[in-house]
Amino acid sequence: MKINTKIKDTANNIYHKILKKKKPQVKIPLRSLSNVTYKEKDGYFALKGSMKERTLTASTVKTFAQTLKMMSLSKNLIETDDIATKREVYYVSKNWKEALFKEQPESDTVMDDIEAMFLVNREQLGFIADEHGGDVAGKLVVHDKDDKGKTIKIDCTKMGSGAYSIPTNVEHLKFDTKAKFILAIETKGMFERLNRHGYWKTANCILISMGGVPSRACRRFIRKLSEEKKLPVYVFTDGDPYGWMNIYRTLKVGSGNAAHINEYFCVPKANFFGITADDIEKYKLPTHPLKEVDIKRIKDAMKNDPFVHNHKEWQKALKKLLNMKVRCEQQALAKHGLNYVMEKYLPDKLKDKKSWLP
Amino acid sequence: MQKKLTDTKTIRAIELAKEQREISVSSFFEKNRHLLGFDNPVRALLTTIKELVDNAADATEEMNVLPEINVEIKQLSDTRFKVIVEDNGPGIVKEQIPKIFAKLLYGSKFFKLKMARGQQGIGVSASVLYSQLTTGKPARITSKISPKKPAHYYELHIDTQRNEPEIIKEEVVEWEKKHGTKVELELEAKYQKGKQGVFEYLKQTAIANPHIELSYKGPDEKVQFPRATNSLPIEPKQIKPHPLGIELGILIRMLKATKARTLQSFLQTEFCRVGATKAKEVCEKANIKSNSRPKRIARQEAENLFKAIQQTKFVAPPTDCLSPITANLLEKGLKKEIDAEFYVSVTRPPAVYRGFPFQVECCLAYGGSLDKEGSARLLRFANRVPLLYQQSAGAIAKSVAATNWRSYNLQQSGKNLPQGPLVIVVHIASVWVPFTSESKEAIAHYPEIIKEIKLAVQECGRQLGKYLKRRHKAKEEERKKSYIEKYIPHVGQALQEILDLSDNKEKTTEKLLKQILEKSRK
Repeated sequence: MKINTKIKDTANNIYHKILKKKKPQVKIPLRSLSNVTYKEKDGYFALKGSMKERTLTASTVKTFAQTLKMMSLSKNLIETDDIATKREVYYVSKNWKEALFKEQPESDTVMDDIEAMFLVNREQLGFIADEHGGDVAGKLVVHDKDDKGKTIKIDCTKMGSGAYSIPTNVEHLKFDTKAKFILAIETKGMFERLNRHGYWKTANCILISMGGVPSRACRRFIRKLSEEKKLPVYVFTDGDPYGWMNIYRTLKVGSGNAAHINEYFCVPKANFFGITADDIEKYKLPTHPLKEVDIKRIKDAMKNDPFVHNHKEWQKALKKLLNMKVRCEQQALAKHGLNYVMEKYLPDKLKDKKSWLP
Repeated sequence: MQKKLTDTKTIRAIELAKEQREISVSSFFEKNRHLLGFDNPVRALLTTIKELVDNAADATEEMNVLPEINVEIKQLSDTRFKVIVEDNGPGIVKEQIPKIFAKLLYGSKFFKLKMARGQQGIGVSASVLYSQLTTGKPARITSKISPKKPAHYYELHIDTQRNEPEIIKEEVVEWEKKHGTKVELELEAKYQKGKQGVFEYLKQTAIANPHIELSYKGPDEKVQFPRATNSLPIEPKQIKPHPLGIELGILIRMLKATKARTLQSFLQTEFCRVGATKAKEVCEKANIKSNSRPKRIARQEAENLFKAIQQTKFVAPPTDCLSPITANLLEKGLKKEIDAEFYVSVTRPPAVYRGFPFQVECCLAYGGSLDKEGSARLLRFANRVPLLYQQSAGAIAKSVAATNWRSYNLQQSGKNLPQGPLVIVVHIASVWVPFTSESKEAIAHYPEIIKEIKLAVQECGRQLGKYLKRRHKAKEEERKKSYIEKYIPHVGQALQEILDLSDNKEKTTEKLLKQILEKSRK
């Protein structure tokens, strides 16, 4: 069913409830870790059935009005084949008088609700992210189209010290590559080092900088590229719960918040290449003490994260880190020389599958 | 050697004896004026006004006329003021005028157990003495006791050595008043406005005395405090002391002064709540014959008698000696002086401490023009007299702060006064108010008194709590209603946009939605 038909149906339902003098309701899947399941076979967080019902009452009337306004905006965008960024949507609302959003997180939440309500991703609603998509360098040619629809080929080996930037919508892209693997990197700094010293040449690979938690576009890009070109994906993050859970886990199986679209926005075949608790010992890496939030994150993950529940290796790793009471950044490898990461750490990882985490 | 030493000692004692002499109350006051509330120029002015107004009010009520009291302060120089207080009371018999105003510890009230503003007979003469000490000017008194009699005018000094009046001038004058008294005093003082100023004192007096018509003319303002009721307070009855309300020294003094011939009749006639049986019981316990002569007992067996009294149970003293403001009138008084949106008041039944009957009243005013920021204001009264100094001392402040105001929907941090637009009035009426000092600022911490204050405050607090809860609910309702009305049009318009509804249908949707939500609100 087309999205604008779905929007109309929902609005129509509400309208008729009102005509019958009944309180209208909408049902939205509960977006949290408690409402996802994880099966290794499927490889991603899938929604369980829990729905939250939002009934139109005195206290929800504002959010209800805002949700309907945004649905109306979406319908309009789809019909005119236009798009609006999340930031733009927030500014459009400034025209809604009392119903405006004071801060963007409010409008983002309503947008996420509508996405989940229709089980679509925001691009299908005409909304796009304004988040950073990720940078690419290495043995890859991307086929994109210019503004007139003519195919252009972008050679990611010819970016010099710069990089190719992943666009918001990646569905139409095609790829040419002879690389052996994709290396997804947490920090821009590490990406720069590997790019500048041509690591992708020596290792015959594609480098992608995620810049923290990967955006949807970045996740989808890696998924599409790895699937179409049958490339393994290795993820290189810091040795801390944020790198492990928020970055790696989100890339591999998705998040609780966007569970309705995880299926297409995850990379189930990814492997963890980043710094483990064992690596800290093995390479005698300098560390920092775990922060209060790190400890909370580890405990949360062990208690609530279905992904961790499924993987003994991760439980072990988290427990070990908690006992060591330390965290370690990927740049810490520089202790042994700036290029140690290319000359020793990554080659070691590639050779020894046992040092990976699932 | 030893003899010599003894000699020197003896001689020294003789020398000392030469320096030792009786100190008159007046001389004592000269050195210790802070004890009576004259410790600084600001306070001296207030204390003077207070003593004069208290006396005027007491006198007028005794005569059973509605009091009209005029207060005037004239500034003569930077530090010198003239205070004039005039009442329409019964006036004072010519012969008594010098003693009342120019002899300390002389008065009608000390020997009476009756509820009155003044108690010791120190106040007014202390003001006269202060005036004399700081300016050397005499007190000027005009008094008239009947339209048929002439008015008498006196100029008086106090002879501080002998504590006796010294008449400077005495004459018969014309005075248009039917009866009444006018006192003029000149004193070194400082005029200051604020929470401990004369204006505040008079305003609070007007609150606790809604039957008094009070007019005030200050150096830079003129204010009329109109009376709120034409009914006079019920005249309190004088009572005899309750046996449990006296101390040993007083007992001895009474034994010496009594006209009774026997101990039995002394006990029965000089005290309340002592009948023949009780008197016998006391005598037996003290192991003294009931027909003993009181004067002898005073010397030899007073202590036994006192102990026996303490060990005996007596009926509580009668309470018709109290004249509370009454809840209704206290509220009226507060209403006319303080503009608020909610008032509640309560008068507790009489209770007894140490043999003295007393009664507590409380009144609260909330909201309206009162200051929303900061702590509540506590107004303390004893026998209708405002207590302005030592705000946080004494039984009243302690009991009010110890009350848990949070349970009445007010904010309060720790054991402090609650926060918010609130005035708390507490009044204690008693035949003998136990002040912590002679300057009458704070009430002593008797457990019985604290308990009664707490009960009165709690009773009012509960009512206020209920009111605030209702008000909060009503506001919440109003807020919700306007919230609904604010956002319903947006729901309607969004539906119109998505479904291409006609304007008519859109309006119907809004109307129906409003009905649905308002119904569900309750």
